[in-house]
Amino acid sequence: MSRLVTYLFSSVGQKKLMALSGLGWGLFALSHMAGNLLVFVGSETYNKYGHAIVSNPAIYVAEAGLVLLLLTHVFYGIRVSIQASKARSQGYVVKKSGDKEATLSSRTMKYTGIAVLGFIILHLWSFKYGAYYEVSYDGVVVRDLFRLMLEKFESPIYTWGYVAAVILIGFHLSHGVYSALQSLGINHPRYTPIIEKISVLYGILIAVGFASQPIYVHFVF
Amino acid sequence: MSDQNMKIKLRVWRQKGPTYPGKLETYELDNVNEHMSFLEMIDVLNEKLVQEGGEPVAFDHDCREGICGMCSMTIDGNPHGPNKGTTACQLHMRNYKDGDTITVEPFRATAFPVIKDIMVDRSAFDRIQQVGGFISVSTGNAPDAHAVPVSKEKADLAFDAATCIGCGACVAACKNASAMLFVAAKVSQYELLPQGQPEKEDRVLNMVAKMDEEGFGSCSNTGACSASCPKEISLENIARMNRAYSRASFKKR
Repeated sequence: MSRLVTYLFSSVGQKKLMALSGLGWGLFALSHMAGNLLVFVGSETYNKYGHAIVSNPAIYVAEAGLVLLLLTHVFYGIRVSIQASKARSQGYVVKKSGDKEATLSSRTMKYTGIAVLGFIILHLWSFKYGAYYEVSYDGVVVRDLFRLMLEKFESPIYTWGYVAAVILIGFHLSHGVYSALQSLGINHPRYTPIIEKISVLYGILIAVGFASQPIYVHFVF
Repeated sequence: MSDQNMKIKLRVWRQKGPTYPGKLETYELDNVNEHMSFLEMIDVLNEKLVQEGGEPVAFDHDCREGICGMCSMTIDGNPHGPNKGTTACQLHMRNYKDGDTITVEPFRATAFPVIKDIMVDRSAFDRIQQVGGFISVSTGNAPDAHAVPVSKEKADLAFDAATCIGCGACVAACKNASAMLFVAAKVSQYELLPQGQPEKEDRVLNMVAKMDEEGFGSCSNTGACSASCPKEISLENIARMNRAYSRASFKKR
């Protein structure tokens, strides 16, 4: 038991957990984004998809899993930040620049992470725990999430705030996917350059995929 | 040889001792030769300071040919200066131009306390090495060189890891002040070789534990360490150590 505790609180063990919990949410983001794209199919498909998810009893297991992963990720994120500020109690007067500077996405994980957490909470509040409308298809009453979504994206502030937030998610993932795989020990001269590119593309895919819904609804629908 | 003399304004971190507060002091040098190394320029500054009755700037240096890992300064925010794959002693003043202002700070990490000015105490690295950065060899005749087969690829990778000079630039560069690249290089050089196998589990477990105990930060894979490393140690070593640490944690009895 103590070996496991030592592992989980060691600098190497903690980045494995950071990686696994991050990858879990990264994959969830992909499935959520794909679900959102049903907005292009129609309101009935959109609402029925939502209903199929929440009416499946496995949803409670999935939700508990996501909450656990998020708490793990946030806990270790805070721990890394505290360790970092302790490990450099006196900072530099002049900041690094040029060839020795790391990428912007890797340096700002803490800030994009905090913003994404804030967005997730706000997002749950406005959708999952938001106004409950109902609609009936062939006698089956389901939640009319489509209507709620249309109402939300009427507001330009909400629309652009949402777009900004999903860009930050994409930015966080563009370093996150590569970083998670590196933490899990996957690094090879043949694959790592490809993984780095896939990581950035994944971030772009998630950001563009999520942003397409509010932009479509606000301007076209 | 064109001996262009440059005027350089230096802002140097001056700190009397570990417990004193430090601050940047500005000095003007008007006879900096472009062929000087960065350390030779500080020598000139120190000569001037001594002549004027001041206290010379304390800084670490030894071989001055880029292999000892003793020089340790952060130049305009970059450990060992702006060029990749070099130490501060191999940085030449031809990289600067007349009228430049250069800021020199120590390597900053709580685990590397300032001794004086830009000289820091890196004995935390020695203590990490002492808990596993070695192999135990019985006394007696040296075995024949070909007695233990090592593939060329593994030998090269081990050698690449072993080129780490332990200067601490990785810690200085890391936004978290993590020593992961140093420890990974020291773990890797033996992890890859047959001679390192008997002690490999204890090595990685003990060295990581010691690294954490010494108060270095955690790794977030920004890659600033490798970019600042004078020996350009690869992040592949960190991935190798991540694997080795997990394996050892679960396998060791």
